[in-house]
Amino acid sequence: MGLLDKQFNNSGIIVTSLDNVLNWARLSSLWQMHFGLACCAIEMMAASASNYDFDRFGVMPRATPRQADLIIISGTVTLKMAERIKRLYDQMSEPRYVISMGSCSNCGGPYWEHGYHVLKGVDRIIPVDVYVPGCPPRPEALMEGLIKLQEKIRSESLAKKSA
Amino acid sequence: MTSQEIVDRIKAKFSDSVVESKTEGVLQPYLKVNAEAIATVSSYMRDDDELRFDYLMCLSGVDYGKDVLGVVYNLYSTGKRHKITLKVDVTKASPEIPTVSGIWPTADWHEREAYDLIGVVFKGHPDLRRILLPYDWEGHPLRKDYKVPEFYHGMKVPY
Amino acid sequence: MSETLSPTITTSTGRTLRTEEMIINMGPQHPSTHGVLRLELVVDGEIVVDVIPHIGYLHRCFEKHAEAMTNYQQVIPYCDRMDYLASMNMDWAYALAVEKLLGIKVPERVEYIRVIMAELQRIASHLIALGTYGLDVGAFTPFLFMFRDRERILDLFEMTCGARLLYNYIWVGGVSHDLPPGFIDKAKAFCKYFRPNIKECNDLLTYNEIFIKRTANVGILPPDVGIGYGCSGPMLRGSGVNLDLRRDDPYSIYDRFNWEVIVGKGEMGTVGDCWDRYMARVREMEQSLNIIEQALEQIPDGDVTSAIPKRIRPNPGEVYVRSESPRGEIGFYIVSDGSQTPYRVKARSPAFVNLSVLPELCKGYMIADVVAIAGSVDIVLGEVDR
Repeated sequence: MGLLDKQFNNSGIIVTSLDNVLNWARLSSLWQMHFGLACCAIEMMAASASNYDFDRFGVMPRATPRQADLIIISGTVTLKMAERIKRLYDQMSEPRYVISMGSCSNCGGPYWEHGYHVLKGVDRIIPVDVYVPGCPPRPEALMEGLIKLQEKIRSESLAKKSA
Repeated sequence: MTSQEIVDRIKAKFSDSVVESKTEGVLQPYLKVNAEAIATVSSYMRDDDELRFDYLMCLSGVDYGKDVLGVVYNLYSTGKRHKITLKVDVTKASPEIPTVSGIWPTADWHEREAYDLIGVVFKGHPDLRRILLPYDWEGHPLRKDYKVPEFYHGMKVPY
Repeated sequence: MSETLSPTITTSTGRTLRTEEMIINMGPQHPSTHGVLRLELVVDGEIVVDVIPHIGYLHRCFEKHAEAMTNYQQVIPYCDRMDYLASMNMDWAYALAVEKLLGIKVPERVEYIRVIMAELQRIASHLIALGTYGLDVGAFTPFLFMFRDRERILDLFEMTCGARLLYNYIWVGGVSHDLPPGFIDKAKAFCKYFRPNIKECNDLLTYNEIFIKRTANVGILPPDVGIGYGCSGPMLRGSGVNLDLRRDDPYSIYDRFNWEVIVGKGEMGTVGDCWDRYMARVREMEQSLNIIEQALEQIPDGDVTSAIPKRIRPNPGEVYVRSESPRGEIGFYIVSDGSQTPYRVKARSPAFVNLSVLPELCKGYMIADVVAIAGSVDIVLGEVDR
């Protein structure tokens, strides 16, 4: 969780940069939007449940995109659903992050060849930060994806605008 | 009742509507009827005391190739515990069949799916729209000569 | 003048609204619709006048893939992904259909393994159904308890075939791997561990007064309407119809075990309400435990891959075979033209047919009851849209 929380030894005062504090706040409380499409949604639910708890990372499910920072696209994106996903992504306020979970939302998955109604990868409509491979990825894999996203956030800076 | 008895009973009442029937040598005994007669035959099969086919298990559209489309009805009787298959064939040029959704309400959604994916039109259906694909999709994907579109609403469809 | 004061609004089916009605969209993204289902509600204040379901947001072209695969065995991973909460039952239904086309018989050990896996999968699927149903009506704790128990079942599956959710385990003619050493003891330990947990689930949720108030006398399905609409599984059995495909259309060795068919009796309200359907699922979990325990005692030795054909080339013909999945009757209608690829595969999924009765069930209830009724139908959108 960064080196910031290790520096509060006795005094309760540390000196650091604004970037570090902002990034630390953002990565420690990523509120995700409750968005499960298909089989990967079950593994995402299992990751939030008792065995592989997600809440200890600060990830809380929220029902509406207006209150969320993170959307985990878990499952196959079809052409009918793609327009709604774009609309939901537009409703999230910045800073917002996208994790593409599972093979179907990375690149079309097992339906890449003959799926006439499957969008071959959600990055054709929204920008993705982290791709988690697997069909479905284990909850531990999703957690590693989340930790990679946290490292990405830690290296952000106010001077450089992110995508 | 055995399949042969069921087929004989229906043939006795609708001898000019039955096109073909087969009960020996096939895994699934079936009965093929004319497209126009399907509603009357189905109504008889549901209401007759000996047959009592009150459960439509499955309704599938099939593209047999060579311009022939077919619809297959798998029927079951919950009281008498017997099964039979009904078949109807139509051409691609005029793919119209009377609906059975007034007889078995479950046929409503099954017929919408057959219309969506194969292109069979059901006359008299209360609400014949596409059910699985978007409402402005063009073409019927499960036909053997279907071509996947290149773009849909600005999104590239093939890989 | 009157046009600008009261414009006419029509629903997507073309019905014009009266002045006091309005359309509310329970859109594809909603915490309680169990996936991407869109319900267009026509409401008069809080009372629901009509429900128009829109599906197809997860249509993944299963039937086109089945026609395009080079082999009958290659279709099995796609069958898994249709109903991802009951993958073993999906695979088994497809394997039964192809085995009937080929006319082959599987060894005894394979039958027992398939029964054990299918019943374990039934328990796992019902646990999710009950846990998320509690979540819908507002109870968060049972969800966590049921997921904890489900993880034990997934451990058993992972021991056997390496996957937690989508197994590709039951193949045409057999299973892909034999049971590993230690499986039978671990499964027996699970049965002993899980039986008191059903009682815990009943204490938490089933006999809870708030839960009963929300689900009893809500969404009543009369038996003749259920049969007309083709409902099956706990949905139909909750209305009092005594029909279970494992006993009435027998397809495996279920006649060797001692178990009961659970039928709703209207204990808390009317026969066929949401509580009856919920209770049918809870009691079915108990019966599945009985079947598993008996199967674990009786299982013989043998080779599980000996009957798997090297090349599957059935004679031209067609077959419709159905079996009992946790949601109801799953049927596969397969047409073969004599080649190595299926000509047409139609999957008759129980959730698709059970969902078609939702407009009938919801008329006259309030919006919050729609959530309870939709949850009691127990749909999985992968199966509805295929």
